[in-house]
Parts: sequence; structure tokens; C-alpha cells
Amino acid sequence: MMNLRSSWSLLVLLVFAVMFPSFGEKYYVDLVMKIMILSVFALSLQLLVGQTGLVSFGHAAFFGIGAYVAALLSPQSGPASFWLLFPAALGAAGLYALAVGALSMRTRGIYFIMVTLAFAQMAYYVFHDTKVGGGSDGIYLYFRPEIAIGSVRLLDLGQPLVFYFFVFAALVLTFLLLAAAQASRFGRALAGIRVNEQRMRAAGFATYPYKLAAFVVAATLAGVAGFLYALKDGYVNPEILSWHQSGAVLLMIILGGIGSLRGAVFGAIAFVALQEFYQSQAIFGSLAKHWQLPLGLTIIAFVALMPKGLIGLGAQLRSRKAI
Amino acid sequence: MTLLAAKNISRHFGGLRAVDDVSLTVERGEIHAVIGTNGAGKSTLINVLCGEIEPTSGRVELMGRDVTRWTQPRRAQEGLGRSYQRTTIFPNFTVRENCRLSAQAKWQKPWDWFTPAMRCNSSATAAENALQRTGLASLADAVAATLSHGAKRQLEIAMCLATAPQILLLDEPLAGMDSEETERMLELLNELKVSHAILLVEHDMDAVFRVSDLITVMVNGRVLASDTPQAIRANAEVQEAYLGAHLEERVTH
Repeated sequence: MMNLRSSWSLLVLLVFAVMFPSFGEKYYVDLVMKIMILSVFALSLQLLVGQTGLVSFGHAAFFGIGAYVAALLSPQSGPASFWLLFPAALGAAGLYALAVGALSMRTRGIYFIMVTLAFAQMAYYVFHDTKVGGGSDGIYLYFRPEIAIGSVRLLDLGQPLVFYFFVFAALVLTFLLLAAAQASRFGRALAGIRVNEQRMRAAGFATYPYKLAAFVVAATLAGVAGFLYALKDGYVNPEILSWHQSGAVLLMIILGGIGSLRGAVFGAIAFVALQEFYQSQAIFGSLAKHWQLPLGLTIIAFVALMPKGLIGLGAQLRSRKAI
Repeated sequence: MTLLAAKNISRHFGGLRAVDDVSLTVERGEIHAVIGTNGAGKSTLINVLCGEIEPTSGRVELMGRDVTRWTQPRRAQEGLGRSYQRTTIFPNFTVRENCRLSAQAKWQKPWDWFTPAMRCNSSATAAENALQRTGLASLADAVAATLSHGAKRQLEIAMCLATAPQILLLDEPLAGMDSEETERMLELLNELKVSHAILLVEHDMDAVFRVSDLITVMVNGRVLASDTPQAIRANAEVQEAYLGAHLEERVTH
């Protein structure tokens, strides 16, 4: 699964994430939380793109649906029950994925990319152009849900520190779940489909249900990320379903390294860090509002210089030394 | 016992009759070879039999059941294994994992996410057996892409055997093998035929006439003749259409 050399970097991140709230400024604690949520999002796409070889350009739809369902089902007068809100958000994302996946899985390659994009844009315009979720203005979530059994409150997500570690736990669990899945027979079958679907069918694997399952699981986990995102900001708008967001999460796993769970986390960190850097007015002054240009150029440079992503960097440097 | 039967199979691509009204059977305990020039429709026939493409008309029967509308994975589950003319492996996996993953088709358990695939003993054992039989055991830990061409051809067969099929559809298994590898493969085919039904498409005529029990000759998608090797060798029509003097000098010396 993972050797020691690759897991030390994760351990460092883990310790950092646990310690950070005790000394970090609020703004940066918030930023780390955003990175953790986007890491869950990127991890979910890694299952689809890195493991199964299905490049989806509509993954933001499921993130957005998870977020919108959390906001829409939360009453304005008080907290909703977590036990209702969480399954509802995941279920909605998963169900939409079941429909989208069942249809788009009949296409391949570039067509699959386009069909997933089309379905995501459909969802985007539903929230953007109708009054379902407040149109383009978005919608607020006033109270984070309550995690309680009977009248006993287990966790108060309203407290920033509790919510921080709740997000942290979600990330760790997502990572462990996907690591187990990758090493399992299910994961090996997905890898086989990525490498040679024809041979998998000849061996006796019905590949369509496997791909559909990967699609739905990936979408449900994206729904988890969206759910957390809505809770964190207390606000969602249609832009989180847009194709920019689908592109951003693809860029994260490309930056970090396709096919690696660590890569998804590193990619999310790198993407948010670069975005923050180029958006900083303290550094770039009035140029900061054109942050997308330098960000794009940097990503092009990254991809050109590190074809295997950040996690491939070590091996790349070692092999260069060897020459 | 007839394990696989093709009944009046035709497959047309536009105006081209790639396979035209072909019937044949494959029995347990026999090697049935299909020979013919390039473009005679041999590979198309295999693709129809294993379910990779649908026939335009005709029936495919697997152990007496009509499987014409079955998908390829379902036929594979019922014991129909195939190998490919163009090597079709998992290049970036190890040789062992190539076989283990193929074997896993019989023990899929896709819902069990918390048991590592490596701990699936059934598929590991099936993979080891397939590696032993094909003589690849010493290369088990090599990455498949790094194998020699001949070894990749053996892996192709090993992956097919790992799924424990009853019927083997082998598409030019000897292509590109050296003489030593060919000998080993022919020996393996002779061992396998005791318990399997084997359909062999092959260009190596010496090998075909040595191991086959029955030979079907295809020309332009149609069956020209189907008989024992001796009878095929003596068939004037076959000699004229396909084998020619070339065969006489090679098999009658």
C-alpha cells in the first residue's frame, strides 16, 4: 500500500494539521480547513481519474449538490439534525451520480469528458437560473447541524475548534477508506479496467457496474466535501458547481500526481497556496486581481517540469542524479 | 462432449462478409485448429464466439445453451477463456498480478473493501498454478512490460488459464515464439486438451498438423473444409486454395 518513505510526509502533515489551531492565526486556520475540504474533494476524484482512468470534467456538480442540500435542508430557526442532513446531502450527490454515470458511462474518452461536463452544467444552471437555491445570489446556512443522540449533544460543530477537528477527521477517514479500497479486490479491478478494460472483460469482469460504482462512490465523497464546505462558510452559491470548479479539482490531482492519494492532498495544498500567493495584494499590489494569469502560467510550468506531479518529484530528482 | 458450438455464424462489416455461414464444434479432449490466410475471418470468428462482437446471424452454444446474446464477461464466467493475437496484458503490473487479477474474476467480492486483494488466497493460488504451467514462475515478480516477446505470449496464455476456463480460444499463441518456446507451448496444449476443449487459430502449419485433432480451413469467411489433419493434407481443394505446394514440401518430407 504505502512504504515508509512516502508516509513520513503524510505524518508531518498530520502532526501539522493537529497542532496548527493552537498557534495559527484565525485566517490561516480557516485556510487549512479549506485545504482539508478540498483534499477530500480531490481524493474523491482520484478514485475516478487516477484509479479507474475515467476523466470526469463535471465533478463539481456533486460537490455543489452536497453543499446545496446541506444549505437547503437547514432551517433558519435552529440547527438541523446531522443524522438527517448528512445522509441527505450524500444521498442526493450519489443519486445524481447514479443517473449521470449510468448514461455517461456508455461513452469513452473525450466524449465521456464532454458528457460529464454537460450534466454538471445542467446542475449549475438549475441553481443559477431558478429560485431553488436563491439563484445566482446563493443561499445561507445559519446553523451548523447538531450531532446528538436523543437529547445528548455529542459534538458542537458551532465551535470553531470542534468543527476544525471534525473536518480533519473527515479527511483522515476519507483517505483511509480510499487507501483500503485501492488495495482491495475492488480497487485492483478498477486499476485493471484503467489499464486494459478489454482484458478485464475477457477474464470475466462485467466492467460497466464497476465503473458505475466508482463513479457513484467518487461523487458521494465529493458530496461529503461539499457538505463540509457549506457548513464551513455558511454560504453557497452556484459558482461551486461551475466548470471552473471541476477544472480546479482536476488541476489539483494533476499537480499532486495522478493515481496517488498523497498526490491528491499535496495537489490541494499546492493549488490553494498558489491561489493565495497570487491573490495577495501585499505582494502583487494591484496586479493581484489578475491572479489567474500567473496561476495558469505556474501550473503550466509545474506540469511541464513535473510530469508525475509533486509526489513524483523525489523519484525524478533521484533519477537525474543517477545520470 | 461438445462444449462450444457455432451454428451458421455470419458477421458482416458493411458489404464485407468477414465470417459467412460458419459452423463448427469444439469438444473436450480435442484441439480444433482453424487455419486460413490473413483476412479469412479467423479472428472475427473468435471475437464472435467469445462475445466481443455480435454475429449478424447464427447461434453460439456453450455447453448446449444458447449464449448468442450473452455478454463476454458472462461467457467467461461460464468457462470460456480466450487469448489475443496482439498481446493484451496489464503492462505495468507484475507478471504475478497479471494472473492474479485475471483469476480474481472468479472471486470478485467487490463490496469487500477492507480485505487487501493480496490476501485473496483463491486467486493467488490460481495465479501460481497458471504461472507454473506456462513456465513463468521464475519471472513472477517482473513487471510485465519488461518481458521478452515470447514471455509475453506465454503470459497471455497464463492469464487465460488463471481464469480456470473449460474452453480455450487461442488466437495465434505461437506467433513470435522461438522454437524452444513453441515446443513448450505445444506440450502444454497437449496436456490441456485432456481436460479442456481448445480452438486454435494458428499460422505455424507444422505445429497445427502436429497437435490438432481436427482442422477447419477458412477462405474468405467461409469454411472450405473441415476434417482430420490427414484428410486436410490430402484435400486437393485445400491445397489449391491455401496450402499449395508449400504444404507438400513441408509436411510430406
